Amino acid sequence: MHKAVVLGAFAGLALAAGAASAATLDDVKARGTLKCGVNAGLAGFAAPDQNGRWTGFDVAYCRALAAAIFGDQEKVEFTPTTTETRFTALVSGEIDVLARNSTWTFTRDVDLKMDFIGVNYYDGQGFMVPKALGVTSAKELDDAMICIQTGTTTELNLADFFKTNGMSYQPVPIQTEAEARQQFLGGACDAYTTDASGLAAARSGYPNPDDYIILPEIISKEPLGPVVRHGDNQWADIGRWTLNALVEAEELGITKANLEEMKGSQNPEVRRLLGVDGSLGKMFGLSDDWAYNAIAANGNYGEIFAATIGEGTPSNLARGLNAQWKDGGLLYSPPFR
Amino acid sequence: MTMVASHAEPFRFSMLIYDTRYRSLTIQVIALVAVLTFFGWIVHNTIGNLAALGKTFSFDFLGQRAGYDINQHLIPYSNDSTHARAAVVGILNTLLVAALGCATATVIGVFVGVLRLSPNWLVGRLAAIYVETFRNVPVLLWILALMAIITDIFPAPNAFRGDDATASMLLGGTVALTNRGAYLPWPVLGPGWQAIAIILALSLAAVWAFGRFAHARQQATGRTLPTFWIKLGLLVVPALLAHALTGAVTWDVPVLQRFNFQGGGFIDKSLVALWFALALFTGAFVAEIVRSGILAVSRGQSEAAAALGLRPRRIMSLVVLPQALRVIVPPLISQYLNLTKNSSLAIVVGYADVRATLGGITMNQTGRELECMILMMGFYLLISLAISAIMNLYNASVALKER
Repeated sequence: MHKAVVLGAFAGLALAAGAASAATLDDVKARGTLKCGVNAGLAGFAAPDQNGRWTGFDVAYCRALAAAIFGDQEKVEFTPTTTETRFTALVSGEIDVLARNSTWTFTRDVDLKMDFIGVNYYDGQGFMVPKALGVTSAKELDDAMICIQTGTTTELNLADFFKTNGMSYQPVPIQTEAEARQQFLGGACDAYTTDASGLAAARSGYPNPDDYIILPEIISKEPLGPVVRHGDNQWADIGRWTLNALVEAEELGITKANLEEMKGSQNPEVRRLLGVDGSLGKMFGLSDDWAYNAIAANGNYGEIFAATIGEGTPSNLARGLNAQWKDGGLLYSPPFR
Repeated sequence: MTMVASHAEPFRFSMLIYDTRYRSLTIQVIALVAVLTFFGWIVHNTIGNLAALGKTFSFDFLGQRAGYDINQHLIPYSNDSTHARAAVVGILNTLLVAALGCATATVIGVFVGVLRLSPNWLVGRLAAIYVETFRNVPVLLWILALMAIITDIFPAPNAFRGDDATASMLLGGTVALTNRGAYLPWPVLGPGWQAIAIILALSLAAVWAFGRFAHARQQATGRTLPTFWIKLGLLVVPALLAHALTGAVTWDVPVLQRFNFQGGGFIDKSLVALWFALALFTGAFVAEIVRSGILAVSRGQSEAAAALGLRPRRIMSLVVLPQALRVIVPPLISQYLNLTKNSSLAIVVGYADVRATLGGITMNQTGRELECMILMMGFYLLISLAISAIMNLYNASVALKER
């Protein structure tokens, strides 16, 4: 036993000396589908429709990625994950990319051996209370019972917020959105806290949404983005630049409708993005029309936003921080050159 | 066949297989080497895979700040405490629900098991229905069902508010049963509480001593004393007198505030749901064990006891059950272990047991799956071994001592 352990330790050291690069792109191509981890059910972000086909803001990103690799946005398998299982599923290799409105933090990026490949939604944490309680500010929530999803940054932010303001609270731990809905609507907790976009999405599904208000305080920064594992730079590049392609498409005015027409454009940036000039795709193992296919799936970033969570949808979220940088928002894609 | 070889044969290596004296030894050595190789390979594989993922194996995370709050903690805990303390909070919560569950399950099980053997047809069938229903549905569904029932039946704290309140507190405005949990009056220990505690301890000693005295008196002279009432008086009266004199223990009563009741003691509905679901589920199994134990005692015993003039209830408690315990206790140990391990389902109702803190939130926030899993499995193993050791001690003490 001792000899085996010593030998094993030496072998482990030898392995650690060389960096392991798992070629995720080759695995995905060989398999023929992209495995994408999503929220088990959050209206607007990731939910199966009545035919069982997954739709939503995060789902659209995965579909764009699948289209970039295979040219077909249906070649993707969605794995619903809870807050407890999402990172383990990614790190263990069960899924190739996690697009589950996960906040980009230091420890997740560094300690948990994952890479955030961008931010697809700049969000913040808020509180939702029933109007009947007569609460108008989060600072009035002293001694309240608050429904909170375990294993999230929300949990840690909540503890910090209440400590900073000298208040106390009772956490009611829940695992999924469905459980939150049951407890919150049943009156088992006074307030529900999660990202403001999640609150809007949840409220849109309640039987009487107007009886609930989202309090004005946003108590944290929650940059939400897709995640991949450490150790595969090529795969991270593919994921990162697919997201950038969607953002850049909106900046350049490329929509799903005018894609073909834009292929004939004289704008050099447009030509490079759509693969007419240069061969950006070959640089990371994809075909040259990778961005064309990605945009053809569900449109550019703005179109995806408007179709899933924008104004006019049940979630009814304004662009706010998620507008293009030219419009005063934070979305800024590096150039395709 | 003698053990000593009477013929002086030189040792040959083929004797290791063909000679029955050495064969079993050879097979055991080979098996041992195979098992050790297998475990060595697993450890080697794990180390290699962890290195490939770039993860290290260390328990340093236990000393880091936890950062999250736990709703029920038996020891002081805040979000500044370490992950190790959060794990201890979880362990204590597991032990609490396991102890409560085991005690309640035993009581329910004995009660229902005896009832099922009742000559009253209706009572017997009702007990049978209880056992069959609760045994055959998975315990997770019972936990969720009880949680849903509690959430739906009991009113929200807001219903207690205002002039047209739809709910009211019980026991003279001291107890509130809500859909968040039970708010109870809790004793507050004022100055001089140690005196009452000492008097209570002395009362317990007096009760025990009186019990032995009454038993010895009955053995010697055959005359009995009304032990129940005397013991009750010995236990309660001195403590009450001391409290009346010093007023050291006051009651903190829950009062409705803006969101909830504040003050007093609070039993979360997740604890109640988990406790009763586990107790009812395991109680059904215990009932069957008790019934089989009672049926294992030969009929001659109860017939002889009846011939001596004992009434049916005394036959059961003095003659049948003590003998049945020898058959009941070993499977009962298994049921206690099952209940303790089933309590790991607590996270579905939001109860902070060790699986929820160490194996849930801590594992999630720090990403240390392997270390947390090993710690949790070690804890459950330790608890199970402890429970079975204690129960086996009791078992050995009541075992039939062979001549």
